[in-house]
Amino acid sequence: MIRSIRRFSVEVAAVLASVLIFWIPLYFVFVNAMKDKRGASLQSMAWPASNHLWSNIREVIQARNHMLIHAFVNSAMLTLFSIALLLLVCAMAGFVMQRRSDRVTPWISFFVLAGLIIPPAIVPTIWVLKNLHLFKTMLGLIMVEVALAFPFGVLLYRGFMGAIPREIDEASVVDGCGGFRLFFQIIFPLLKPVNATIIVTSSVAIFNDFTNPLYFFPGSKNATVQLTLYNFMSQFVSQYNLLYTNILLITLPPLVLFIFFNKKIVAGITAGAVKG
Amino acid sequence: MNKVWKRTYTYYFLLPAAIIYLIIFILPTFMSFFFGMTRWTLQDWTYIGLENFKTFFQESSLNIGFKNTFIYAVVTCGLKVVFGLLLGVFLTSKIRTKNYLRSVVFFPTLVSTIAVGIAFSTLMHPTEGLINTTLASLGISGPDWLGDTRIALLSVAFVDVWKGVGFATVIYIAGIMSIPEEYYEALQIDGGNSWHKFWNIILPLSRPATNAVIILAFIGGLRSFDILWPMTRGGPGFATDVIASIIYKQYQAGFYGLATAGNVILFLFVSVLAFPLSLYLNRREVDL
Repeated sequence: MIRSIRRFSVEVAAVLASVLIFWIPLYFVFVNAMKDKRGASLQSMAWPASNHLWSNIREVIQARNHMLIHAFVNSAMLTLFSIALLLLVCAMAGFVMQRRSDRVTPWISFFVLAGLIIPPAIVPTIWVLKNLHLFKTMLGLIMVEVALAFPFGVLLYRGFMGAIPREIDEASVVDGCGGFRLFFQIIFPLLKPVNATIIVTSSVAIFNDFTNPLYFFPGSKNATVQLTLYNFMSQFVSQYNLLYTNILLITLPPLVLFIFFNKKIVAGITAGAVKG
Repeated sequence: MNKVWKRTYTYYFLLPAAIIYLIIFILPTFMSFFFGMTRWTLQDWTYIGLENFKTFFQESSLNIGFKNTFIYAVVTCGLKVVFGLLLGVFLTSKIRTKNYLRSVVFFPTLVSTIAVGIAFSTLMHPTEGLINTTLASLGISGPDWLGDTRIALLSVAFVDVWKGVGFATVIYIAGIMSIPEEYYEALQIDGGNSWHKFWNIILPLSRPATNAVIILAFIGGLRSFDILWPMTRGGPGFATDVIASIIYKQYQAGFYGLATAGNVILFLFVSVLAFPLSLYLNRREVDL
């Protein structure tokens, strides 16, 4: 009896602590996004007297010639194409890296593992992109995202590939499959769980990425949503309601993803961390 | 390996990955060792030897980055390990609100870093921010969280922990759940209490999780930029400048050679600290 009361009170305390530590910042952003300029400047937790959320949203979207809409399109494109390319490139590389073993493979593994630890060399990357005429272009940024996410992705595929029996390969080759047909028609469909993991975890990471767009996709015309928030920070310095509305809008996509794919995201992160 | 398999598992599969990875990542990494030793305008360069590195070590506005980067990485990593472990233990015990609490702790991991940074920098405003107005209503005068040179770096580290602790917790939960039930049964037969359970079973056997959290959080802390930049931009003064933010500042100022030297230094810094650490941790790992 005493034990269960104690356990119950610990649980209540934990829930209260979670409200205090994790919900209040979120609530604060939400409540202030509903206020007008003067109400938000007070920075209080009070519920707003009247709801200005819709007019705030309209104002944020219309700011600087609807920049936020362009930014959302850019971010969506960046996330979509990066992930498509990432999946293809990592799956193909992981396939060969797991199946082959000769003198070259340890070197390949070494360079891939190094990519998990080494910070990217920024200015030389800009120089390379400039010479390829890819600097400040969407394609260039996509390449950067893929290159930086590659080591993690390929390790996941390599790990999963180990669980796919070689007998499948043998049977297909005996039946006259070439390497590419074997991979695209037989192996790739078996990789669905890893594909799903990478899609979910990388889409959050790439959509939320701030540093790489800041360096490789500068300029106010073509920005991603994270960059618009950063640019608005100085513009909205006296208009907290708009700043919070902007934060709210760009937090929505990951939130939706979280609600639907919570388990998948967690599974992906633990798989990557334990293997890596 | 015979010919058929060599043809089946052809290295052509690696080609797209190799092109992107070599050109966008490996090539710039090697080039940074050269361009770090130049005065560089992106169009042309003059070789100046180790001048940039000397500047980096001598100037106090630059070499403060070493100390700050190290402190930041140690503080964030340490707190993430401690809180991650405690939360992991708590959230694998028999409680009813387990799923709710797990979701709540994990959610900040998915919020955009810059949004978190901006939201917390208004919450931490010295006079108008929610934290200090709440403290004031309790009769405590709160410090200037981001404006005081002594605590600004720790304030940013705290926000980093707030955002990242869910990640550590999730890894610990996976580690603790993989401990076989027999260990607990043996403990029960021997009459151990819950402290023994934590100290003699969970702590040593969740070692792989601890190692993963330490390595990931430490490397992440050394490279950290995106939460710090919107919050303080390295200020006040240079009090929160880490190597990554110094690189960005030098890049913005057009000192491309110096920025690249900073990148090389960060590379060496991470390697010198992270490789021995991971070797040491892996040696001490025990098998279940």
